[in-house]
Amino acid sequence: MKRQAPLIITFLAGFAMILGYFIPHEPFGSLQQILNTWYMVVAAFAMILGVGNLVKLHSAKIRRRSPGFGYSYVLLAGLAAMALFGITRGIEPGTVFYWMWWNMHVPMSSTMFSLLAFFVASASYRAFRARNVEAALLLIAGILVMIGRVPLGDMIWSRFPDVADWIMNVPNAAGQRAILIGIALGVVSTSLRLLLGIERTYLTGD
Amino acid sequence: MGFADRIREIDRRIIFLVVALAIIIPLLIPIGFPIQVSPSVRDLYNALESLPPGSKILMSFDYGASTYPEIYPMSLALLRHCFRRGVKPIIMGLWPEGIPFAERALQVTVEEEGKVYGEDYANLGFKAGGIVVMQALGRSFEEAFPVDAYGTPLSDIPVMQSVRNYDNVAIVIDFSAGDPGIPAWIMIAQGRFGKPVGGGCTAVSAPQFFPYLQAGQLVGLMGGMKGAAEYETLIRTRDLGSAGMDAQSIAHAVIVLFIVIGNATFFLGRWSSRRNKGTS
Repeated sequence: MKRQAPLIITFLAGFAMILGYFIPHEPFGSLQQILNTWYMVVAAFAMILGVGNLVKLHSAKIRRRSPGFGYSYVLLAGLAAMALFGITRGIEPGTVFYWMWWNMHVPMSSTMFSLLAFFVASASYRAFRARNVEAALLLIAGILVMIGRVPLGDMIWSRFPDVADWIMNVPNAAGQRAILIGIALGVVSTSLRLLLGIERTYLTGD
Repeated sequence: MGFADRIREIDRRIIFLVVALAIIIPLLIPIGFPIQVSPSVRDLYNALESLPPGSKILMSFDYGASTYPEIYPMSLALLRHCFRRGVKPIIMGLWPEGIPFAERALQVTVEEEGKVYGEDYANLGFKAGGIVVMQALGRSFEEAFPVDAYGTPLSDIPVMQSVRNYDNVAIVIDFSAGDPGIPAWIMIAQGRFGKPVGGGCTAVSAPQFFPYLQAGQLVGLMGGMKGAAEYETLIRTRDLGSAGMDAQSIAHAVIVLFIVIGNATFFLGRWSSRRNKGTS
């Protein structure tokens, strides 16, 4: 029963949601509504789980003196400070939390993402080589899109944006469509396997 | 070590320095490259332009601090356009970090355009649950958001009084940096409830949305800072997006130059090693 109960709950809840989607009338419509409300409440609690996991992971890293454990101190201190100021003083404009959010968290996060430009430049210099026909095609397409998507490209040759648009609209869209269809089929088959109890790894954690 | 090898093994800090200069100099000394508008941005602009004044649109801020510099300029441009046209945005967020950015964008645009909270726009705040929240909005906004971001019941907010569900909003706009984001809005708001969906996303994720644009499931799209700059061009208000275009242009050119140099040294090295083999 320990294994069967979760399988039955998954089957019933999953099919109730599917039926509610295709038959939005009673009783399926309201059943889906109830389950959705439960989901929103559970999703909010997922944050607590996330914080718990983060603390557990980094505490273990500090205990074991794993490489880079010093960063875990910074992370935990930051987490504690934000939570402490947020809970005790509020998060509205003018509070310490608000100041830390806008003047520490936002610039640091943006900087991390911006560093990509530097690594892309370095990696493209070292690794982006026309070693064969496929690599050469990718390289030419990449250069044309990079130049065609910025105002400078239009100044160099007015047709550069058209070339970039063609690459995005034809070869890119075709590839993306194939990926999307593949993902959708994978999601459908995996979902059915879960609902029908064929896929049970989520029960064991393996 | 030959010249080609020396160039190939150049210290990456030099590359970083060149890229940094390529970005900083145009930011300090703007060049002012003219900005051409791409069809997907024009389509989004036209979709909003065609709405009668007083229409309501749902605007979801689904991005975090890391993508703030890229997506925030789009939200400014779109809010300006809405307020100038008399279109009333209803703001919400499926990412907890989205709402502070929405509030900042509102603070700037509301002051410029002289709009009033509750009458010209509303802020419903953040709600966890992603796709389930989108579904709940299809039945009733009050089901997903009983109160707005400031604790006021939706029934007490004038702009929300005629809004029950998606049927009462003209279009859904999503500023997206991941999941939940544009694909989920297309799946629910467009696919299930037939509502037009438009959006803005990071430049790196824009290519994945072209099939949706072609299929008409997305009415328009702003991709990256360039998308914001194009929208600013359309509404004739140069701001953060346009300001970044010179730097982005030069940075792209520098990266292309690095690729060309890297390949030139690669072929030069290959040619010289073949020649050496031939002579030995």
